[in-house]
Amino acid sequence: MRSVRAMSWTAGHVVIRACALALAIGTIPVAPIGMTGFAKAQDAATSAKALDQSPAEPPAAAEARGTAPAAAPEITKIKILMARELRDLPPPLSLLDIPPPDDGVGGAKLATADNNTTGKFIKQEFILDVVENEKPDALVAEVVKRVDAGSAFVVVDAAPKTVLALADALKDKNAVIFNAGSPDDRLREEDCRVNVKHTIPTRTMFADALGQFMAWKRWNRWFMIVGPTPEDKMLAEAYRRTAKRFGAKIIEERTYTYEPGSRRSDGGFEQIQQQMPSFTQNVKEYDVVVVADEGGLFGEYVPYRTWDAKPVVGTAGLYTATWHPAIELWGGTQFQNRFKRMNNRNFRELDYNVWMAVRSVGEAATRQNSGDAAKLIEYMSSPKFELAAFKGQKLTYRSWNGQLRQPILLVTGKIHVTVSPQPGFLHQLTELDTLGIDKPETKCKAFSK
Amino acid sequence: MKYARTRLMAPAAALAALLMTVTSAHAFKVFVSNEKEQTISVIDSVKLEVVHTIKTGNRPRGIILANGNKWLLVCASDDNRVEVYDTKTFELVKILPSGPDPELFTLHPSGNPLFVANEDDNIVTVVDIFTGKILSEVPVGVEPEGMGVSPDGKFVVNTSETTNMAHFIDTKTYETVENILVDNRPRVAEFTPDGSEVWVSAEIGGTITVIDVATKKVKSKFAFEIQGVNKDAIQPVGVKFSKDGKKAYVALGPANRVAVVDPKTYKVEKYILVGQRVWNLAFTPDDKQVYTTNGTSNDVSIIDVATDKVLKSVKVGRYPWGVVALPE
Repeated sequence: MRSVRAMSWTAGHVVIRACALALAIGTIPVAPIGMTGFAKAQDAATSAKALDQSPAEPPAAAEARGTAPAAAPEITKIKILMARELRDLPPPLSLLDIPPPDDGVGGAKLATADNNTTGKFIKQEFILDVVENEKPDALVAEVVKRVDAGSAFVVVDAAPKTVLALADALKDKNAVIFNAGSPDDRLREEDCRVNVKHTIPTRTMFADALGQFMAWKRWNRWFMIVGPTPEDKMLAEAYRRTAKRFGAKIIEERTYTYEPGSRRSDGGFEQIQQQMPSFTQNVKEYDVVVVADEGGLFGEYVPYRTWDAKPVVGTAGLYTATWHPAIELWGGTQFQNRFKRMNNRNFRELDYNVWMAVRSVGEAATRQNSGDAAKLIEYMSSPKFELAAFKGQKLTYRSWNGQLRQPILLVTGKIHVTVSPQPGFLHQLTELDTLGIDKPETKCKAFSK
Repeated sequence: MKYARTRLMAPAAALAALLMTVTSAHAFKVFVSNEKEQTISVIDSVKLEVVHTIKTGNRPRGIILANGNKWLLVCASDDNRVEVYDTKTFELVKILPSGPDPELFTLHPSGNPLFVANEDDNIVTVVDIFTGKILSEVPVGVEPEGMGVSPDGKFVVNTSETTNMAHFIDTKTYETVENILVDNRPRVAEFTPDGSEVWVSAEIGGTITVIDVATKKVKSKFAFEIQGVNKDAIQPVGVKFSKDGKKAYVALGPANRVAVVDPKTYKVEKYILVGQRVWNLAFTPDDKQVYTTNGTSNDVSIIDVATDKVLKSVKVGRYPWGVVALPE
């Protein structure tokens, strides 16, 4: 949940642009099994050894070697498009949190390779294509073009407005959008669209995941610090809703408006050390600091510097996430290893959200033994669909707004602390629906038509 | 360990004498791999207690007997190797190659070769246990896990956790001859003693898929229902049949229960409460007891087959994973 918006940063743009150039030329040849990413794809051009163990070599590999693709008309090809809106965002406070240029794309590549390993047994081939642009209009136009050319599955990492523009542009087409990057509740509520599924949880889901743990800890008196951005305000609103639901009291709310300036200049801790205690002084007795700072402007400066010695949760300290590079729960070790081997970096939250989207298509194609878009889209919306995603239980899409139900991790920078829903939070259908806005409260009407 | 043994000798003998009357008279050694402790606990089936602890490589998981029960083979997953221990002296005999991240394996009924699932590499590695040579690498689905071998030795069935398939591998050609879709996250493949069926457990799907071996088609599928237990917590993993084929035991993971199933009707006869997150099981060679590995409670439940009641819970190492019983 922290840095959900931080998909790129200024210095990173140089790299991204170079990458975009390569992408403009055409489809990323996603490597079949045994190959890892671009570098290895190059290796394959000179050495076929990596592919020796593969009995039926996928045509993509033959293309990569520059030989004529083998005629294999019986193979069903399923195209998946990833659309990225490149946004200029301030750099994170920590060097560790700088998003890699292929944030999200790494997850798409892994899921495509996973889909293809399965696909080779049932003659299905998944082809990943990535389009990216800073201009929402141009991005939408490019996606429409690709959809018209046969890409029915579009995974999107973009601003909420762009997600909606895409949804409306694809409204009458045989296509489905997976929102992997925006936690805005409105995309699942008043602005919901039947052709959009959401693999990233909503702010209310994240807030409830945190709130359940705080209720279990009996941290019932919250001191909330809210950042200046509209996203921070929406998150604060989600925390207020959670506090009300689970019987917590917000003792006081303060808005942090300090202008951060050049945030990664040399030194600076002396000022923060003076500033944070005074900012958090004179609050009535409370149990926990709740930070709403999605932009990552100041949150990391709160732990250990509060006037009173209190734990910090929210977007700093103990924070919520769909994935974490240290998670080894539920067979996650091999999953992490596979990702690292392929992408030469840590497995991030956005990668995981994208992985779930691309795997949803793979899972539907396997179960239906088909590449027919209409059939797969229908199956993903049916109660029969279930996704295994290293969360210890099956994940399903909510029938009333297309949101993927999922357990949410509560983590620190190093490791997980717990997983919500917490024991004791009950629901008549599935405990996963104790997180976020539930069916009886939904404002989404598009799905009931 | 020696001093502990002498110290425990007197009460243990008394307990053993007492239990002799109610359980098996033959003492079998039961080996339990402890995933997070680099050890194997050795349990005596009459004393019902740990009598020895073997130090192993990192992350011991799959565990089987080989070479006429003289050897105990252990997948040391994080060391990317199979370790061979002497079942009498508990000494390390040798190390076999396994391919990366070995998790589970099975031995051909003729005694050789060994088929190893390489969870991190989408292959099954075939290893000669005497020469230590890798004979073949068979490409399978994502995250190979379960390994079952048919009693006639013709097929090895491997499950792939993320591809969700049961792959039939011909043991002569080392090629997959059939890939059968099962439910989400298949874990264990086990042949019925007569070889007519193979049962595949699906941890996330919550089901057992019964595959007819002759036609290689799905014959039946069944799920579990336990009153008061969340459906999502019922996650079948380990499957074992009694030699006469009359009883099947299925370990149900975080449901903390073992299901007793009639293999003819696929009906659950009973749910036995055991320790937490039960994954694997093993019969004693006389089929009188079943041992279950309870990962998160760090113990083994010993079930009396005649009554289907738990005789005792025995504390072992951290995260017990695999289990096998040695005929004395």
